[in-house]
Amino acid sequence: MSSGWVRMAAARDHAIRYGFIVLLFGLIAYFAIAADGFVSPQSAVFIFQSVAITGVLALGVTATLVVGGFDLSIGSVATSAMMAAAYVMVVLEQNAVVAIVACLLIGAVVGLINGWLIVYMRVPDLLATLGMMFLLVGLQRIPTEGRSIATGMTMPDGSVANGTFGRAFLALGRHRFDFFIPNLIPVSVVVLLVLAVLIWFFLEYTRFGRMMYAVGSNQRAAELAGAPVKAYKIWAYVISGVFASIGGILLAARLGRGDIASGNNLLLDAVAAALIGYAVLGAAKPNAFGTAVGAVFVGVLLQGLTMMNAPYYTQDFIKGVVLVVALVFTFALSGRGTR
Amino acid sequence: MGNDAVFRVDGLRKSFGPIEVLGGVSLDLHAGEVTVLMGANGAGKSTLVKIISGVYERGGGTMSLAGQNFAPKTPAEAIRAGVVTVHQNINDGVVADLDVATNLTLDRLSGSGAPTLFNPRRVRREAKAVANRMGLMIDLKARISDLSLADRQMVAIARAMAHQPKVLILDEPTSSLSSAEADRLFALLDWLREQGVAILYISHRMSDIRRLADRIVSMRDGVVSGVFDSKPLDYEGAVNAMLGRKIQLDRIVARNSARPVLTIDGLRIAEGSRPISLTLGDGEVVAITGLVGVGKTALAETLFGVRKPLSGTMVLNGKAYAPGSTGEAIAAGVFLVAKDRSENGIVGDFNIQENISLPFHKRMSRLGVLKRRVERATARRQIGELGIVCRSEKDEMSALSGGNQQKVMVARWMSQAARLFILDEPFQGVDISARRDIAAKLRASANGRATLLFVTELDEALETADRILVMSEQSIVGEHRNADIDLERLLAEVAGGPLHSAA
Repeated sequence: MSSGWVRMAAARDHAIRYGFIVLLFGLIAYFAIAADGFVSPQSAVFIFQSVAITGVLALGVTATLVVGGFDLSIGSVATSAMMAAAYVMVVLEQNAVVAIVACLLIGAVVGLINGWLIVYMRVPDLLATLGMMFLLVGLQRIPTEGRSIATGMTMPDGSVANGTFGRAFLALGRHRFDFFIPNLIPVSVVVLLVLAVLIWFFLEYTRFGRMMYAVGSNQRAAELAGAPVKAYKIWAYVISGVFASIGGILLAARLGRGDIASGNNLLLDAVAAALIGYAVLGAAKPNAFGTAVGAVFVGVLLQGLTMMNAPYYTQDFIKGVVLVVALVFTFALSGRGTR
Repeated sequence: MGNDAVFRVDGLRKSFGPIEVLGGVSLDLHAGEVTVLMGANGAGKSTLVKIISGVYERGGGTMSLAGQNFAPKTPAEAIRAGVVTVHQNINDGVVADLDVATNLTLDRLSGSGAPTLFNPRRVRREAKAVANRMGLMIDLKARISDLSLADRQMVAIARAMAHQPKVLILDEPTSSLSSAEADRLFALLDWLREQGVAILYISHRMSDIRRLADRIVSMRDGVVSGVFDSKPLDYEGAVNAMLGRKIQLDRIVARNSARPVLTIDGLRIAEGSRPISLTLGDGEVVAITGLVGVGKTALAETLFGVRKPLSGTMVLNGKAYAPGSTGEAIAAGVFLVAKDRSENGIVGDFNIQENISLPFHKRMSRLGVLKRRVERATARRQIGELGIVCRSEKDEMSALSGGNQQKVMVARWMSQAARLFILDEPFQGVDISARRDIAAKLRASANGRATLLFVTELDEALETADRILVMSEQSIVGEHRNADIDLERLLAEVAGGPLHSAA
């Protein structure tokens, strides 16, 4: 055939591979010119901070996507963890360490239950985690009879909760590390970066991560290759649950209270970031690097538009457009999507 | 009997691309007679059925029904003309969430002339008529999902029979039925035969065939290789015609082995089957052959820890062996190249290298981190060993031919030393040269382990094994050293004794 044909195929290959990265840099370049003050360390940090919590959740849900599952409960795990942290410190008057341990436990237990429902009770993943989402949304309101938790609040029995968020706990949401410029990088961004590197290394370089991909691609083949498939699936949900609870801890630390109304967007934003990640570098599969890029992509877009005075109510629409375009990249153009 | 054929197929041809699947098939079906169609996988049975039932267009030849030209363009047309097919997968024929009555009249819900509104009373009335005509004793209000497989199949057949067809085709109808359930089906077929329906019955099960057949037609490689219609029917001849030898065999020098690797004693893999006892020796290649559905895969999976035996013991290397999982089997040095590689073997998202290393991650990693250099070196070595045709070890599996994909599967399990190496239908969908490569490799590397092959095609066993065991009805029924084999006896064993023919 003609060399033109070959060149076109190669061009398409490149478009699939680098399309999203190019788009990301194009976007940054555009905003750099169009929006005053977009290119500054503060702006960059702000973008990272705005995506830190959704990013952590997205990295967790990536683990379940890798084994061919899905976790819809991450948003409610995060808000439950936030409420639990507030409850432990404000009502039970415990310190930050106890609060953090309690949150992580909640995440792990919810992950175990999700995994158990899916693997042993054979509930389809979307339905099991949807059920868990409802359950948690309700459960987190019961201890306080639907009220938000803050120091000085009146409890259902009439007493006043006198505990406070520990200084160390609040630091998780408010402390900033010096990085060339004093007080630049917030703790949440560091947590995001550390977790991103961890999960990326885990999925790409360890045998456990590799086998999780095998389970997601062909469960039967993985089983016949000696893998304990059920255990891998359950672990994926535990990872997802724990990551979501870390997101919840960061959220509580940022807000300084247990706000019943916060965290509504977490699930959709996180899932969007993970799915956008499919398109990054033409992976056409869930991957930690892609998820991180996806989260940053959404952050850049929203920050840029905000600085150009786009109204806030257009945000969800724009996120949706980005997600749909990314999915087209993944499934139509590369033609090898399986999920 | 002896009357003119009600349905006649003459010189039917069909090709898919360059591959000819049917090379001129001629077949007669007579009213009130059960014609059994036998053939190994890939012989062209399914293609033939799909042409007759209007799913595929034929490539050449003619078909006639009751003397009239018959050329259905759609399945619906074939049914209207009086040729009804009950397909292999029972659940394709019924809608599980609806009740029996609706299922019995399902084909009247659509098409021109069907009323727009769904009238439950009318449906039940029509369903009752259908059921009564067939003597179907099933609660019409029951949901299909609450019925046994046999009952579901009865419903599918009853609906088919409501069209009062002249020809009924059944494609492996007993493959998922118990023997008691199969008996009910046979009784129904006896009744239909008396009603003068011409039945084409496709099956591998010798007990079914002995029970039902008035005539046997054997197919092989897209042509009819034998027609048997004089009583008593020549079952061995039919099996021979179906499996018959087609290529010049490479001579095998059969080896004997002194040191046992695996000893099986009194192993039972199915309810009501006779126990299996056998010994596999070091350096030996043993093939277990038998028709489809005689329990070859079940035995392979039992050895590999996928399923547990009902009773019996296994001894591997002098130690008791009872794997609780595939992981335990692999740790004990028992490897299985599973059949249906795309379903059970290949991880589609992985490249060649990653597919080869899949079962041995633990041995290839330190502190959980995979040693990619070892992984790549292993893959390169195995690609060379088996002569896998590819650009590099990073090629996608989908870029490989079927033969090369299978070589990757074999290469995967040969990348580490096994004590017992099991291959279930390793030559399925593999071209002849790849097949020879794999067989030669198996024989050349046989020392230090026992090798066990499960194959349906006799040629494949004769070509590779030192010893051939015959399996029938979930048990081993014969043993042959692959030197001056008594093919007559072997085929008779494959065709099976009348174990269940009283059923």
